Amino acid sequence: MLLAFSRSRRALGGLAVLALIATACSGSGSTPTPPPATPTPAATTEATAAPSPTAAPITCGTAPVELNAYFETGFDIPFKLSEEFTKQFPNVTWKISQDQFTNLTNATPRLLASDTPPDIIRLPTMVSLVKDGLLKNLDGYVTAFGWDKWPASQLLQNRVAADGTRGSGSLYAAGLNYSMTGVFYNKKLATQIGMTTPPATVADFEALLAKAKTAGLQPIMAWNASASGGGLAFPLQNLMAAYGPTQPINDWIFQAKGATIDTPNNLTAAQHLEQWVKAGYFPKDVNAIEYTAANSRFGKGEGVFMFNGDWQNAVYDKDQPGNVGFFAFPSATAGGKLAAMSAPLTYGIATKAKNADCAAFFLNWVATNATARQINVAIGGSNPGGPSDLPVPPAAAGSVTNDTLAGGAQVAKDSGGMDFIANATGSIFAQGWTPELQKMVGGKQTADGLLKAVQAEYVKELAQ
Amino acid sequence: MIDRSAAQTDRQRRARRTSRSRKVRRETLLGFLFVLPAVAIYAVFVLLPLALTVQYSLYRWDGFNVPVWVGLSNYENVLTDPDLLNTIFNGFRLIFFFSLIPVSLGLVVASVIRRSATGGLGNVARTVLFLPQVIPLVAAGIVWSVVLSLTGVVNQLLTAIGLEGVTRAWLGDFDTALPAVGLIGTWVLLGLCTVLLLTGMTKIDPALYEAARIDGAGAIQEFRAITVPGLRQEIGVCVTVTVILALRSFDIVYVTTGGGPGLATMVPGLDIYVLAFQARAVGVASALAVVLIVLILVLILPIQYLSREKGE
Repeated sequence: MLLAFSRSRRALGGLAVLALIATACSGSGSTPTPPPATPTPAATTEATAAPSPTAAPITCGTAPVELNAYFETGFDIPFKLSEEFTKQFPNVTWKISQDQFTNLTNATPRLLASDTPPDIIRLPTMVSLVKDGLLKNLDGYVTAFGWDKWPASQLLQNRVAADGTRGSGSLYAAGLNYSMTGVFYNKKLATQIGMTTPPATVADFEALLAKAKTAGLQPIMAWNASASGGGLAFPLQNLMAAYGPTQPINDWIFQAKGATIDTPNNLTAAQHLEQWVKAGYFPKDVNAIEYTAANSRFGKGEGVFMFNGDWQNAVYDKDQPGNVGFFAFPSATAGGKLAAMSAPLTYGIATKAKNADCAAFFLNWVATNATARQINVAIGGSNPGGPSDLPVPPAAAGSVTNDTLAGGAQVAKDSGGMDFIANATGSIFAQGWTPELQKMVGGKQTADGLLKAVQAEYVKELAQ
Repeated sequence: MIDRSAAQTDRQRRARRTSRSRKVRRETLLGFLFVLPAVAIYAVFVLLPLALTVQYSLYRWDGFNVPVWVGLSNYENVLTDPDLLNTIFNGFRLIFFFSLIPVSLGLVVASVIRRSATGGLGNVARTVLFLPQVIPLVAAGIVWSVVLSLTGVVNQLLTAIGLEGVTRAWLGDFDTALPAVGLIGTWVLLGLCTVLLLTGMTKIDPALYEAARIDGAGAIQEFRAITVPGLRQEIGVCVTVTVILALRSFDIVYVTTGGGPGLATMVPGLDIYVLAFQARAVGVASALAVVLIVLILVLILPIQYLSREKGE
């Protein structure tokens, strides 16, 4: 029998549903409340500091410990290091989760604020996490392990001051190794266009690009699709450092007060990049090429040059053994200072981490243990950092790692290390650099407009 | 005497009414109890998040710190920021590919199958057309990224027929990215509309076709006068489902272009995700979500009304 619902019954039903929602809503109060167990935002260095240096030496102990770790996919080095660590310290086991760089950037705040935060996690960006009190202050470990005796520049990028600017203040992250970026080249194709030594100036490099173009080769292989972020930011930043000092660039990345990316030097750099785009030095479909696709195409011989970092060394050596070389991007003038993006692969410890001491001990071990340093060079392809009196293990013969380590030494001598412009704020890469660089490739953005648009986005994000 | 019997009948009537209304009330209560679990789940997983979204849209919040009341300024932002407006327009542009083409092409294909491809051939055609519906959108997006790439099948075919000058990375070109994404949607939804319309066609009385044929109507006239009006409800369903999918698309765009190049393929569904989790502007994201819901309702309700059978 069909119940004919009168209007009043229908209204009653509606009221019942609303009542259900109301009771559910009232539980969360009249204002949206943040998820539970969020630590109070602490931009100062008290209360979350590590144990005092006069306490017993910090180790992982002898009782079974399970380190909860979050790594980035596609990078073998932390996995290999964790395996070696367990070999040397059998009581420590690992529970490792992994995700892509872009997903990690989004997920990290939630992971750190959860009830089971990771003991050690790869950090794409840091400042907002520090401002929200989600990262453990590592100053105590600095004194306990003697990290303050290492070259100061190693820890500089991971320091955050009380006002949120980077480059000074307490330490909130540690690096697993110190990457080096620059120009990789296909040795066979380079000889084909007559390159005998790495170019000494930007003009020399541009001459080589022109020669490659007329020879019918793809001058530069790059990636610029949204999924992996705008790879053209690499050559852009290299050009910026070639036409001006690195300090203003680092200031902008570290969110120093009044810093701007829209400077005359950077405009020159962006104009050169625009010329390269118009001259067809990048692949026609670069806006649709993702990072892995670009590397595989370079590995198959498409592209004379590629702007990338030494984390890719192992893949380059595998795809084209002995055929890949590297040089640091030259300065604008002959004999000028060399500069490059060189950042530690940053890892942090959650404020509420259960095994913070053991995680810190691991970070110290990576930089000081001989086997760990060897793994760092062989698999990570990078300088392991650490105390300056420890030797840098040599790379295999014929490996491009030899070139990148040499380039890294040159840049260190010229104090030309910079962080990546993509890391200036939490979303400057996805909301600023990538779409604007894509527009430049599509002919819809000028060099001047690019810098102004990114600076506007930067200011907007900092104001939030 | 008369009063007493009248009172008696009255009492009897009232007694019958009470027992009947008590029965009705009990059945009503039982009905509510049966529906309660489903309503509870619906309220918690659909209505509550909806209410919270509206609440969040009135604040500026990064997801972690204390929210700040900003009233309707997020809505002002959504309706005046050119980038956000363009996002909404992209959603509307996708309606052409996700909705108009599948429905119209689906009508034609369904008619053809009904007329000429009955039996085995018709079944094969239906299955092949419906397969895209079975494939997860993410997988479809990944496959299409490869197909539409500079060295992909589409460009290979174009080169083979001599149109090499037209080849490009379809998903990386500012002018073709959104149509390319739209065509993926057409591919996914054509089968759904075709099968739905085919099923609806079996409802139409064949006597109508016979009568029309006797009167000398051709195929196109039959189609216009009998088939399309008879499929009113099915067309309504198709249009509703596909318009909603067009306006809230996320999977296909996220996997193929991520909203790029530039903001050429940024659609509301993806922008809400980007704003909430990358830019950590939960308030603006929620406002965009609410605007999207309103727009969808504004489009769908008239369609629902128009496609209702007369006399319902």
